[in-house]
Amino acid sequence: MEYSNIEKLLERYFEATTTVAEEEVLREYFSREDIPLHLKKHAPMFQYFSVAKEERFTKQVPLKPRKNRYIKWISVAAVSILIFGIYFGRSYQEQREAEFAYQETKKALSLLATNLGRGTEKVAYLREFEETKQKIYNRN
Amino acid sequence: MQQTEFLNVVLPFKDKLYRLAKRLLVSKEEAEDATQEILMKLWSKKKVMTGYNNVEAYAMMMTKNFCLDRLKSKQAGNLKLVHSNYTDDTMSIQTQIEVSDSLSWVEKIMEELPEQQKMVIQLRDVEQYEFEEIAELLGMSSTAVRVALSRARKTVREKLVQKHNYGIQ
Repeated sequence: MEYSNIEKLLERYFEATTTVAEEEVLREYFSREDIPLHLKKHAPMFQYFSVAKEERFTKQVPLKPRKNRYIKWISVAAVSILIFGIYFGRSYQEQREAEFAYQETKKALSLLATNLGRGTEKVAYLREFEETKQKIYNRN
Repeated sequence: MQQTEFLNVVLPFKDKLYRLAKRLLVSKEEAEDATQEILMKLWSKKKVMTGYNNVEAYAMMMTKNFCLDRLKSKQAGNLKLVHSNYTDDTMSIQTQIEVSDSLSWVEKIMEELPEQQKMVIQLRDVEQYEFEEIAELLGMSSTAVRVALSRARKTVREKLVQKHNYGIQ
Protein backbone atom coordinates (compact mmCIF):
# COMPACT_ATOMS: atom_id res chain seq x y z
CA MET A 1 0.00 0.00 0.00
CA GLU A 2 1.35 3.41 -0.95
CA TYR A 3 1.95 5.94 1.80
CA SER A 4 0.03 8.66 0.01
CA ASN A 5 -2.96 6.41 -0.22
CA ILE A 6 -2.75 5.60 3.47
CA GLU A 7 -2.37 9.26 4.28
CA LYS A 8 -5.47 10.08 2.30
CA LEU A 9 -7.35 7.32 4.04
CA LEU A 10 -6.16 8.58 7.41
CA GLU A 11 -7.37 12.07 6.63
CA ARG A 12 -10.79 10.75 5.72
CA TYR A 13 -10.69 8.45 8.71
CA PHE A 14 -10.42 11.37 11.10
CA GLU A 15 -13.29 13.10 9.31
CA ALA A 16 -15.26 9.85 9.79
CA THR A 17 -16.03 9.50 6.09
CA THR A 18 -14.27 6.17 5.53
CA THR A 19 -16.21 2.96 5.07
CA VAL A 20 -15.84 -0.10 7.27
CA ALA A 21 -13.77 -1.78 4.55
CA GLU A 22 -11.36 1.16 4.29
CA GLU A 23 -10.95 1.20 8.05
CA GLU A 24 -10.10 -2.48 7.85
CA VAL A 25 -7.34 -1.60 5.38
CA LEU A 26 -5.97 0.95 7.84
CA ARG A 27 -6.09 -1.52 10.72
CA GLU A 28 -4.27 -4.07 8.66
CA TYR A 29 -1.67 -1.55 7.55
CA PHE A 30 -0.91 -0.42 11.09
CA SER A 31 -0.62 -3.96 12.38
CA ARG A 32 2.58 -4.29 10.33
CA GLU A 33 6.04 -3.64 11.66
CA ASP A 34 7.49 -1.41 8.92
CA ILE A 35 5.48 1.75 9.34
CA PRO A 36 7.20 4.99 8.27
CA LEU A 37 8.14 7.23 11.18
CA HIS A 38 5.72 10.05 10.47
CA LEU A 39 2.77 7.61 10.51
CA LYS A 40 3.92 5.65 13.53
CA LYS A 41 2.09 7.88 15.98
CA HIS A 42 -1.22 6.52 14.70
CA ALA A 43 -0.25 2.89 15.12
CA PRO A 44 -1.18 2.41 18.81
CA MET A 45 -4.73 3.54 18.10
CA PHE A 46 -5.40 0.95 15.43
CA GLN A 47 -3.50 -1.74 17.25
CA TYR A 48 -5.56 -1.05 20.33
CA PHE A 49 -8.82 -1.51 18.40
CA SER A 50 -7.68 -4.93 17.22
CA VAL A 51 -6.62 -5.90 20.73
CA ALA A 52 -9.82 -4.57 22.26
CA LYS A 53 -11.84 -6.78 19.96
CA GLU A 54 -10.14 -9.84 21.40
CA GLU A 55 -11.56 -9.30 24.83
CA ARG A 56 -13.91 -12.10 25.84
CA PHE A 57 -16.71 -12.53 28.31
CA THR A 58 -15.72 -15.61 30.27
CA LYS A 59 -18.07 -15.54 33.21
CA GLN A 60 -20.59 -18.35 33.42
CA VAL A 61 -24.19 -17.22 33.50
CA PRO A 62 -26.56 -19.23 35.67
CA LEU A 63 -29.64 -19.59 33.50
CA LYS A 64 -33.14 -20.65 34.58
CA PRO A 65 -33.64 -18.90 37.90
CA ARG A 66 -37.18 -18.06 36.83
CA LYS A 67 -38.17 -21.65 36.22
CA ASN A 68 -36.90 -22.62 39.65
CA ARG A 69 -39.07 -20.07 41.32
CA TYR A 70 -42.14 -21.61 39.69
CA ILE A 71 -41.18 -25.11 40.72
CA LYS A 72 -40.57 -23.98 44.26
CA TRP A 73 -44.04 -22.53 44.62
CA ILE A 74 -45.66 -25.50 42.95
CA SER A 75 -43.91 -27.87 45.32
CA VAL A 76 -44.95 -25.78 48.30
CA ALA A 77 -48.55 -25.95 47.12
CA ALA A 78 -48.33 -29.68 46.48
CA VAL A 79 -46.90 -30.42 49.90
CA SER A 80 -49.53 -28.34 51.67
CA ILE A 81 -52.31 -30.06 49.71
CA LEU A 82 -50.83 -33.43 50.61
CA ILE A 83 -50.68 -32.58 54.31
CA PHE A 84 -54.25 -31.28 54.34
CA GLY A 85 -55.38 -34.31 52.38
CA ILE A 86 -53.83 -36.69 54.85
CA TYR A 87 -55.23 -34.78 57.80
CA PHE A 88 -58.81 -34.53 56.52
CA GLY A 89 -58.72 -37.96 54.93
CA ARG A 90 -57.75 -39.49 58.21
CA SER A 91 -60.47 -37.72 60.20
CA TYR A 92 -63.03 -38.80 57.57
CA GLN A 93 -61.78 -42.36 57.86
CA GLU A 94 -62.06 -42.18 61.65
CA GLN A 95 -65.61 -40.90 61.39
CA ARG A 96 -66.56 -43.76 59.11
CA GLU A 97 -64.98 -46.28 61.39
CA ALA A 98 -66.83 -44.85 64.40
CA GLU A 99 -70.12 -44.99 62.52
CA PHE A 100 -69.45 -48.59 61.55
CA ALA A 101 -68.69 -49.49 65.16
CA TYR A 102 -71.84 -47.72 66.28
CA GLN A 103 -73.95 -49.63 63.77
CA GLU A 104 -72.38 -52.93 64.85
CA THR A 105 -73.01 -52.25 68.52
CA LYS A 106 -76.58 -51.24 67.75
CA LYS A 107 -77.07 -54.51 65.88
CA ALA A 108 -75.57 -56.50 68.71
CA LEU A 109 -77.68 -54.71 71.28
CA SER A 110 -80.90 -55.23 69.34
CA LEU A 111 -80.01 -58.90 68.99
CA LEU A 112 -79.51 -59.03 72.71
CA ALA A 113 -82.78 -57.23 73.23
CA THR A 114 -84.79 -59.68 71.12
CA ASN A 115 -83.17 -62.65 72.81
CA LEU A 116 -83.86 -61.08 76.17
CA GLY A 117 -87.51 -60.62 75.14
CA ARG A 118 -87.72 -64.23 74.19
CA GLY A 119 -86.19 -65.12 77.59
CA THR A 120 -88.76 -63.11 79.50
CA GLU A 121 -91.56 -64.81 77.55
CA LYS A 122 -90.23 -68.12 78.71
CA VAL A 123 -89.93 -66.73 82.23
CA ALA A 124 -93.62 -65.75 81.97
CA TYR A 125 -94.47 -69.40 81.44
CA LEU A 126 -92.40 -70.25 84.46
CA ARG A 127 -94.30 -67.77 86.54
CA GLU A 128 -97.57 -69.33 85.45
CA PHE A 129 -96.16 -72.65 86.49
CA GLU A 130 -94.98 -71.24 89.79
CA GLU A 131 -98.34 -69.71 90.52
CA THR A 132 -100.23 -72.94 89.90
CA LYS A 133 -97.65 -74.77 91.96
CA GLN A 134 -98.24 -72.30 94.81
CA LYS A 135 -101.97 -72.79 94.56
CA ILE A 136 -101.49 -76.51 94.85
CA TYR A 137 -99.23 -76.06 97.84
CA ASN A 138 -101.71 -73.78 99.49
CA ARG A 139 -104.50 -76.26 99.07
CA ASN A 140 -102.52 -78.91 100.71
CA MET B 1 -36.69 -22.12 23.44
CA GLN B 2 -34.22 -24.49 25.02
CA GLN B 3 -31.09 -23.46 26.87
CA THR B 4 -28.75 -24.69 24.16
CA GLU B 5 -30.76 -22.93 21.50
CA PHE B 6 -30.69 -19.74 23.52
CA LEU B 7 -26.93 -20.00 23.94
CA ASN B 8 -26.51 -20.46 20.20
CA VAL B 9 -28.37 -17.23 19.58
CA VAL B 10 -26.55 -15.31 22.31
CA LEU B 11 -23.04 -16.71 21.94
CA PRO B 12 -21.98 -14.79 18.81
CA PHE B 13 -22.56 -11.38 20.40
CA LYS B 14 -22.08 -11.86 24.13
CA ASP B 15 -18.50 -10.61 23.88
CA LYS B 16 -19.72 -7.49 22.10
CA LEU B 17 -22.09 -6.81 24.98
CA TYR B 18 -19.26 -7.27 27.43
CA ARG B 19 -16.90 -5.00 25.53
CA LEU B 20 -19.50 -2.25 25.27
CA ALA B 21 -20.25 -2.59 28.98
CA LYS B 22 -16.56 -2.44 29.79
CA ARG B 23 -16.06 0.62 27.60
CA LEU B 24 -18.77 2.43 29.51
CA LEU B 25 -18.26 1.10 33.02
CA VAL B 26 -14.42 0.79 32.81
CA SER B 27 -14.25 -1.75 35.63
CA LYS B 28 -13.95 -5.38 34.54
CA GLU B 29 -16.12 -6.69 37.38
CA GLU B 30 -18.83 -4.11 36.75
CA ALA B 31 -18.85 -5.01 33.07
CA GLU B 32 -19.10 -8.72 33.84
CA ASP B 33 -21.98 -8.15 36.21
CA ALA B 34 -23.73 -5.97 33.65
CA THR B 35 -23.32 -8.55 30.90
CA GLN B 36 -24.59 -11.30 33.15
CA GLU B 37 -27.58 -9.17 34.04
CA ILE B 38 -28.34 -8.52 30.37
CA LEU B 39 -28.04 -12.20 29.45
CA MET B 40 -30.35 -13.16 32.28
CA LYS B 41 -32.84 -10.52 31.21
CA LEU B 42 -32.70 -11.92 27.67
CA TRP B 43 -33.19 -15.44 29.03
CA SER B 44 -36.28 -14.39 30.94
CA LYS B 45 -37.60 -12.71 27.80
CA LYS B 46 -36.68 -15.57 25.52
CA LYS B 47 -40.27 -16.09 24.38
CA VAL B 48 -40.54 -12.49 23.23
CA MET B 49 -37.01 -12.64 21.83
CA THR B 50 -37.89 -15.03 19.01
CA GLY B 51 -40.14 -12.26 17.69
CA TYR B 52 -37.26 -9.84 17.21
CA ASN B 53 -35.48 -10.21 13.91
CA ASN B 54 -32.30 -8.61 15.22
CA VAL B 55 -31.61 -9.93 18.70
CA GLU B 56 -28.09 -8.54 18.67
CA ALA B 57 -29.18 -4.94 18.15
CA TYR B 58 -31.83 -5.39 20.82
CA ALA B 59 -29.27 -6.79 23.27
CA MET B 60 -26.80 -4.01 22.49
CA MET B 61 -29.48 -1.44 23.15
CA MET B 62 -30.31 -3.13 26.45
CA THR B 63 -26.65 -3.11 27.43
CA LYS B 64 -26.27 0.54 26.54
CA ASN B 65 -29.32 1.54 28.56
CA PHE B 66 -28.34 -0.65 31.47
CA CYS B 67 -24.83 0.76 31.64
CA LEU B 68 -25.99 4.35 31.34
CA ASP B 69 -28.47 3.74 34.15
CA ARG B 70 -25.67 2.20 36.16
CA LEU B 71 -23.50 5.24 35.65
CA LYS B 72 -26.34 7.50 36.73
CA SER B 73 -27.20 5.49 39.82
CA LYS B 74 -25.65 5.85 43.25
CA GLN B 75 -23.41 2.83 42.92
CA ALA B 76 -21.73 4.52 40.01
CA GLY B 77 -20.65 7.30 42.33
CA ASN B 78 -18.20 4.90 43.91
CA LEU B 79 -17.17 3.60 40.54
CA LYS B 80 -16.30 7.04 39.24
CA LEU B 81 -14.35 7.81 42.37
CA VAL B 82 -12.17 4.73 41.90
CA HIS B 83 -11.81 5.57 38.26
CA SER B 84 -10.66 9.14 38.83
CA ASN B 85 -8.27 7.88 41.48
CA TYR B 86 -6.12 6.03 39.09
CA THR B 87 -6.11 8.57 36.30
CA ASP B 88 -4.73 11.00 38.84
CA ASP B 89 -1.43 12.69 38.03
CA THR B 90 0.26 11.22 41.08
CA MET B 91 0.43 7.72 39.68
CA SER B 92 1.58 4.65 41.52
CA ILE B 93 4.53 2.70 40.14
CA GLN B 94 2.23 0.01 38.87
CA THR B 95 0.06 2.37 36.87
CA GLN B 96 3.17 4.07 35.53
CA ILE B 97 4.35 0.75 34.20
CA GLU B 98 0.93 0.13 32.73
CA VAL B 99 0.81 3.51 31.07
CA SER B 100 4.22 3.03 29.54
CA ASP B 101 2.51 0.58 27.23
CA SER B 102 1.18 2.74 24.44
CA LEU B 103 -1.84 0.51 23.90
CA SER B 104 -3.07 1.14 27.39
CA TRP B 105 -2.57 4.83 26.73
CA VAL B 106 -5.22 4.55 24.08
CA GLU B 107 -7.47 2.74 26.54
CA LYS B 108 -6.97 5.44 29.16
CA ILE B 109 -7.57 8.18 26.62
CA MET B 110 -10.79 6.52 25.57
CA GLU B 111 -11.89 6.37 29.20
CA GLU B 112 -11.78 10.13 29.27
CA LEU B 113 -14.11 10.56 26.31
CA PRO B 114 -17.74 11.54 26.91
CA GLU B 115 -20.08 8.54 27.05
CA GLN B 116 -21.66 9.10 23.66
CA GLN B 117 -18.30 9.32 21.90
CA LYS B 118 -17.11 6.27 23.80
CA MET B 119 -20.04 4.27 22.49
CA VAL B 120 -19.67 5.53 18.95
CA ILE B 121 -15.96 4.80 18.71
CA GLN B 122 -16.44 1.42 20.40
CA LEU B 123 -19.21 0.38 18.03
CA ARG B 124 -17.44 1.64 14.93
CA ASP B 125 -13.74 1.05 15.43
CA VAL B 126 -13.86 -2.04 17.59
CA GLU B 127 -17.06 -3.74 16.47
CA GLN B 128 -17.21 -2.34 12.92
CA TYR B 129 -20.88 -1.43 12.91
CA GLU B 130 -22.30 0.59 10.03
CA PHE B 131 -23.30 4.19 10.67
CA GLU B 132 -26.98 3.38 10.24
CA GLU B 133 -26.80 0.63 12.86
CA ILE B 134 -25.03 2.91 15.33
CA ALA B 135 -27.52 5.67 14.65
CA GLU B 136 -30.42 3.35 15.36
CA LEU B 137 -28.78 1.89 18.45
CA LEU B 138 -27.98 5.20 20.04
CA GLY B 139 -31.06 7.04 18.80
CA MET B 140 -29.04 9.62 16.88
CA SER B 141 -28.99 10.73 13.26
CA SER B 142 -26.30 9.33 10.97
CA THR B 143 -24.76 12.77 10.65
CA ALA B 144 -24.57 13.16 14.41
CA VAL B 145 -22.85 9.78 14.61
CA ARG B 146 -20.28 10.91 12.06
CA VAL B 147 -19.62 14.13 13.91
CA ALA B 148 -19.25 12.36 17.26
CA LEU B 149 -16.99 9.73 15.73
CA SER B 150 -14.78 12.30 14.05
CA ARG B 151 -14.46 14.21 17.32
CA ALA B 152 -13.66 11.08 19.27
CA ARG B 153 -11.01 9.95 16.80
CA LYS B 154 -9.39 13.36 16.72
CA THR B 155 -9.36 13.60 20.50
CA VAL B 156 -7.69 10.21 20.76
CA ARG B 157 -5.14 11.23 18.15
CA GLU B 158 -4.32 14.53 19.82
CA LYS B 159 -4.00 13.08 23.30
CA LEU B 160 -1.94 10.21 21.99
CA VAL B 161 0.48 12.57 20.31
CA GLN B 162 0.65 14.63 23.50
CA LYS B 163 1.48 11.62 25.66
CA HIS B 164 3.90 10.39 23.07
CA ASN B 165 5.82 13.67 23.12
CA TYR B 166 5.98 13.71 26.89
CA GLY B 167 7.43 10.24 26.73
CA ILE B 168 10.24 11.37 24.49
CA GLN B 169 11.14 14.44 26.51
